[in-house]
Amino acid sequence: MHDFAIAFPEIFLAVASMALLMVGVFQKPGSSSGLVSWLGVFALGITLILVLSDEGRSVSFAGLFVVDSFARFAKVLILIGSAAALVMSQGFIKREGMDRFEYPVLILIATLGMLMMVSANDLISLYMGIELQSLPLYVLAAFKRDSTRTTEAGLKYFVLGALSSGMLLYGCSMIYGFTGATTFGDIANTLQGQEKASIGLIIGIVFLSAGLAFKVSAVPFHMWTPDVYEGAPSPVTAFFATAPKVAAIALFLRAMLEPFGGMEADWRQIIWLISVLSMLLGAFAAIGQRNIKRLMAYSSIGHVGYALVGLAAANAEGVRGVLVYLTIYLVMNIGTFACILAMRRRDRMVESIDDLRGLAKTHKGMALALTIFMFSLAGVPPLAGFFGKLYVFMAAINAGLYYLAIIGVLASVVGAFYYIRIIKIMYFDEPSEPLSLPIGKELGFLMTVSALLVALFFIIPGELVNVAAGAADSLFP
Amino acid sequence: MEIGLGHYLTVAAILFTLGIFGIFMTRKTVIIILMSIELMLLAVNINLVAFSTHLNVLVGQVFAMFVLTVAAGEAAIGLAILVVYFRNRGSIAVEDINMMKG
Repeated sequence: MHDFAIAFPEIFLAVASMALLMVGVFQKPGSSSGLVSWLGVFALGITLILVLSDEGRSVSFAGLFVVDSFARFAKVLILIGSAAALVMSQGFIKREGMDRFEYPVLILIATLGMLMMVSANDLISLYMGIELQSLPLYVLAAFKRDSTRTTEAGLKYFVLGALSSGMLLYGCSMIYGFTGATTFGDIANTLQGQEKASIGLIIGIVFLSAGLAFKVSAVPFHMWTPDVYEGAPSPVTAFFATAPKVAAIALFLRAMLEPFGGMEADWRQIIWLISVLSMLLGAFAAIGQRNIKRLMAYSSIGHVGYALVGLAAANAEGVRGVLVYLTIYLVMNIGTFACILAMRRRDRMVESIDDLRGLAKTHKGMALALTIFMFSLAGVPPLAGFFGKLYVFMAAINAGLYYLAIIGVLASVVGAFYYIRIIKIMYFDEPSEPLSLPIGKELGFLMTVSALLVALFFIIPGELVNVAAGAADSLFP
Repeated sequence: MEIGLGHYLTVAAILFTLGIFGIFMTRKTVIIILMSIELMLLAVNINLVAFSTHLNVLVGQVFAMFVLTVAAGEAAIGLAILVVYFRNRGSIAVEDINMMKG
């Protein structure tokens, strides 16, 4: 049955982004992108309401598109992340000569691609969603056209992103060839009768997970992440670290668990390996970094490793853990990047960790917020980051993956070193030239809200966990 | 000798491997990398169409049309980024892409 209504949020966002393009084109030449940006935030808000107004599970477009509570959960996170990234960029794009209306429009189109990714129920819509997300992101990474570093980041991101799409597609073609279907449900049905998976199908799954591992930047497919995070304009990095990560991990969960849920013994070892490698690399490689954006890149590689622990468990408890983890990760990263975007000196962005020296004496509030985020990223109780790790590790232990949980805990101890070093630099080192004031209304607001959420999460963790559990159950009918 | 599914898959696998090697081994210009990406996507298309005729399921050919369309868009964006990069750097040699280590 064709029921277009379930895709109403996506259709609205597509129309809204095209309408905003028109608004931008017909504005007076040289006018600021502020109007289009705020309208974009408004459109994301309406999309969020539309997403929340639906309930139950429905499949449409000949099985290509599914809306269930898992998709809704991920969509809410994505929309919040995109809106926060758009709000955060306001001051930056005006100062740094990126004040063009295409910026918010590209973020909206990338968000549309992410919404389609988490609703994909077929290899074709999976690929189209990923590409609709990736193509605007390549452009955004190179958005500051007159900077060599930015364009180099865009070029690297493009080449490696295209390579990953190629691998993903090759995997899709093998899966299609050896099951005769592209819809997730049909693939699962075909595989149900088979005793042993054919070698061609295994190759397909390996290529598919390699392609998806590229998109979530898991080791050994992480090499683009540090360069792109460092080179891209800071608000774009903030965007990369939040919404696309959530979308890619949600897609990874669905693409592994729905069609291949019955053969988890065949793919669990792949996820196990990339999860362990990501956690270890995230912990050790970040130690030597002096650029805070590069450090956050390694941090995000490590966090993807922790999230994949839940996927390796391959049950509803694991998925619940991943969803809780993603929510907390999103809030922590929005806050941290709001702090990074506030690091200015004489109207120029500074990105070195040493620029934070003595921040506690000059910017008490920002230093306190950044302290909360760093402790939370390190996983220190009672902050939110601790609970995120707790739920995925509990799922891994209940699934019998003891080594994975032990390695994870050890990696997070090592990782704590570089997070806590930032706190030490802020509180105990002699101040250098202070960062400029004011921080800006938008950044201050995002910092405060995320710091409060991270710090006070332990009072009522139950609500989020219950919603995540409901969303996780919808993947396991 | 009849040409069957196996032959098509072999050709596609060879083309795909050539594409991957082209991306990692190229030392000349980025244009060659773009060509390698195109080669990978076309190898996938051969795969999809071969499977589609072999299984007599049409979805593969639909998929191939989507891949062709997206490949065109991807090439356009890649070339645009390359042009912007060339304006800044004055070169598109692969070994010059080294502002950031990695």
